[in-house]
Amino acid sequence: MAALASVAGAPDQTSESRRVGEAPLDLLVLPALIFFVAFALIPLVGVVALSFTSWDGISAITYAGTGSWTQVLNDPGTYHAIWLTFKIMIVSWLVQTPVSMLLGVFVAGHERYRAVLAVLYFLPLLLSSAAVAIAFKSLLDPNFGLSAGLHLPFLSQDWLGDPTLVFFVVIFVIAWQFVPFHTLLYQGGVRQIPASLYESAQIDGAGRVRQFFSITLPQLKYTIITSSTLILVGSLTYFDLIFVLTGGGPGNATRILALDMYLRGFKANQMGAASVIAVILVFVGLALALGIQRIGGRDRAASQLEGL
Amino acid sequence: MWALSGQPNEDIQKNSVAAFNKLGKGTMNVTFFQNDAYKTKIRTAVGAGQAPTMIYGWGGGILKSYADADQVEDLTSWLKDNADFKDKFLDATWGSATFDGKIFAIPCNNTQPIVMYYNKTQFEKAGADLPKSWDDVMNLVDVFNGKGVAPFSLGGQSKWTSMMWLEYLLDRIGGPEVFNAIFANKSDAWSDDAVIQTGQRVQELVKAKGFIKGFSSIAADSNADQALLYTGKAAMMLHGGWAYGGMKSAQPDFVKNHLAFSNFPTIAGGKGDPKNTVGNPANYWSISAKASEDEKKVAKAYLTDGLFTDKDIDAYIASGGLPVVKAAQSKLAGSDNPEFLQFIYELSSQAPNFQQSWDQALSPTQADALLNNVDQLFLLQITPEKFASNMNATLGK
Repeated sequence: MAALASVAGAPDQTSESRRVGEAPLDLLVLPALIFFVAFALIPLVGVVALSFTSWDGISAITYAGTGSWTQVLNDPGTYHAIWLTFKIMIVSWLVQTPVSMLLGVFVAGHERYRAVLAVLYFLPLLLSSAAVAIAFKSLLDPNFGLSAGLHLPFLSQDWLGDPTLVFFVVIFVIAWQFVPFHTLLYQGGVRQIPASLYESAQIDGAGRVRQFFSITLPQLKYTIITSSTLILVGSLTYFDLIFVLTGGGPGNATRILALDMYLRGFKANQMGAASVIAVILVFVGLALALGIQRIGGRDRAASQLEGL
Repeated sequence: MWALSGQPNEDIQKNSVAAFNKLGKGTMNVTFFQNDAYKTKIRTAVGAGQAPTMIYGWGGGILKSYADADQVEDLTSWLKDNADFKDKFLDATWGSATFDGKIFAIPCNNTQPIVMYYNKTQFEKAGADLPKSWDDVMNLVDVFNGKGVAPFSLGGQSKWTSMMWLEYLLDRIGGPEVFNAIFANKSDAWSDDAVIQTGQRVQELVKAKGFIKGFSSIAADSNADQALLYTGKAAMMLHGGWAYGGMKSAQPDFVKNHLAFSNFPTIAGGKGDPKNTVGNPANYWSISAKASEDEKKVAKAYLTDGLFTDKDIDAYIASGGLPVVKAAQSKLAGSDNPEFLQFIYELSSQAPNFQQSWDQALSPTQADALLNNVDQLFLLQITPEKFASNMNATLGK
C-alpha cells in the first residue's frame, strides 16, 4: 500500500516541482529571446518597413506606400528570378539526394579503402563557396582553362556564357560543393541501422538491392527529411557561389532571388525594391521549412525501429 | 582619406601623402581598400554619415547622388579663388565632376580613354592593314576568321566590356547629343534611331563571329581578354587605356614589338566627330560635407600642395599612365612608353567630346539595368528595339 501511495502521489509531486521550476526556466530563455528579438525580429520588421519606402542608401528615406511592391511585382525579372530559384532548388534536390545517398551507403561500410575514399569525397566540404567558385571559373575558361591544360577540345565549351548551359554548370558546382555534407549525413544514418535487420534479411535470402529498398531506404526516412530540408531551404542561399561564378549572367540567366536582392539593393541602390525581394524570400523559406516539417512530422511518434 | 589598394597607384598615393605631411600644413591618414569592396563600403559610409574627409570616386552618377544628398562639398567658389590650381588639369576631366554648373570633385590619377589594340604579328600574317572605318572592321572579321584567328577579344562576362562597344558606336553614329539626351533623362531618349543602329551593328558583328568564341564566359577581371590578344588567339581588342599597363607587365616584349593602337574606326555617314573618345576621364577626390572645418582645410591644402607634385607626376608616368594634368605632356617624351602616352595625351586632350563610361555616368539604378540589357543584346537574346524600350523604362530612375 505504501508503495502504491507513493506511486499515486508521484504525478502530484512532479507537477508540483514543474510549477516551482517554471519561473527560473522562463528567465533562462530570456537571453536567447533578447538576441532573437534584437537580431532576427527587429531587422525583419525593419525590412518590411523598408519595403514600403524609397531609399537609395544615401539620401533621406521617404515613404513610398506600395510603390516598391508594385514595381517589383510588375517586373518580369522578379518572376524570372523566382522561377529560377525554384528550378535550381528542385534540380539540386533531384541531383544531390540520390548521389549523396548512394555515396553515404557506400562509405558507411568499414573497409579501409572506403575510409580513404570518404576522406577524398569530403574535401570539397572544407572549401569556402567563394574559393570553389573562383576555382571553377578558372577551370571552365574556354581558352585557358581545363580544356587547354589537358588538351581536350571537347571541354572547351562556352560553359558560363551560354544561357542554357550555365544552368547545368551551376547545378553541378553546387552539387560538387554540397554532396559531401549530405553524404556525411547519410553515412551517419546508415550506421544507425541495426546490423540484425540485414542479418535476418540475408537469412530470408534477400539480395543487396532488395536489402537497400526494404531496409536501408525506409530506415533512412528521417535522414532523407533532414537532408532534403537542408538542400531545399539552403538553395535559397546559393548567393555567394553564383555571385562569384557568374554574377547572375549571362544576361540574367542565373540571377536567382537572393542575387536579385543584392543587385537591386547594392548595385542599383534601390533598397525599397530589394527589401520587397527580401520579404518574398523570408516567406518562401518559411513556407518551405513548415511544409517539409509537416510531411516529415505526421508520424513523429512512431518508432523508427519497428519490430525490434 | 580612403584610397584604392593595388600597385602602382597605392605606392604613389602613399608617398604623396607622406610628402604632404612633412610640409607642416596638417596631417592626412590614408587607408587602402580593394576596388569592389571599396565601392560598397564608401556608399554605406556616406549613407551613414561616417564618410572619410576625402572621398575617392569615379565622378558621374554616383557623385551626383552624393551631391544631390548634400554629402559632398561644392568646390565651385573655392576653385574660382584658386584659378591657377584649376588650370593645372586637363580640360576634359571636369565634365564628370560638374552638375548644374557646380563642381564637386577634383580630378586625380590617370586619364583612361578606351583604345583599339592590335596584334601586329597577326596583321602581318594575314597581310592586312589596321582598320580605319567600320567597313574595314567587317572585312577583317572574315579575313581573320578565315585564318582561324578570332577577330576581337572580349571579356563579355564582365558586361561593362561589351558596353564600351556601344559607347563608341553610338558616338560615331549619332554624335554626343544622343547620349546627352539619355543622360538628361529625356523621355524615350533610348529610342533614337542612332541607338537602334548601334544595336544592329553590334548584332551584325556578333553574327559575323567578330568576337572570340565563348566571349561571354571570359571575365575581364582576370585579364584573360588581354591574354587572348598577346597570345595571338585574337587579332584586335577594344579596351581601356589601363590594359596597356596590364599587358606591359605580363608580356613586355609583345607590348614593345608587336602591339599597335588607334582610336575607334570611323563610320561612313556617322554624325560624331571621329576624334571623340569615351572612357574614364579621371578618378576624383571630393570633400565630405560632414567633415569639420579643420579637416576640410587640411583636405584643401592637400589638394593644392600635395596632389600632383612633380614627383607624383613622374611616378604616374613611369607606371605607364597619363596623369590628368597639363604639365604631364612635357615629360612624356622622356618616359618608357613615349609613343603610347603621347597617343593617349592627344586622344584625351584633343577630343571634342570625352564621353564618360555609361555605367559611371548614369545613376546606379540605370547602370544595373544597362549592363544586364547590354549583355542580352550581345547574346542576341533581345533585339535593338527591345533594348531601347527596356532602357527607356529606366529613364528618370
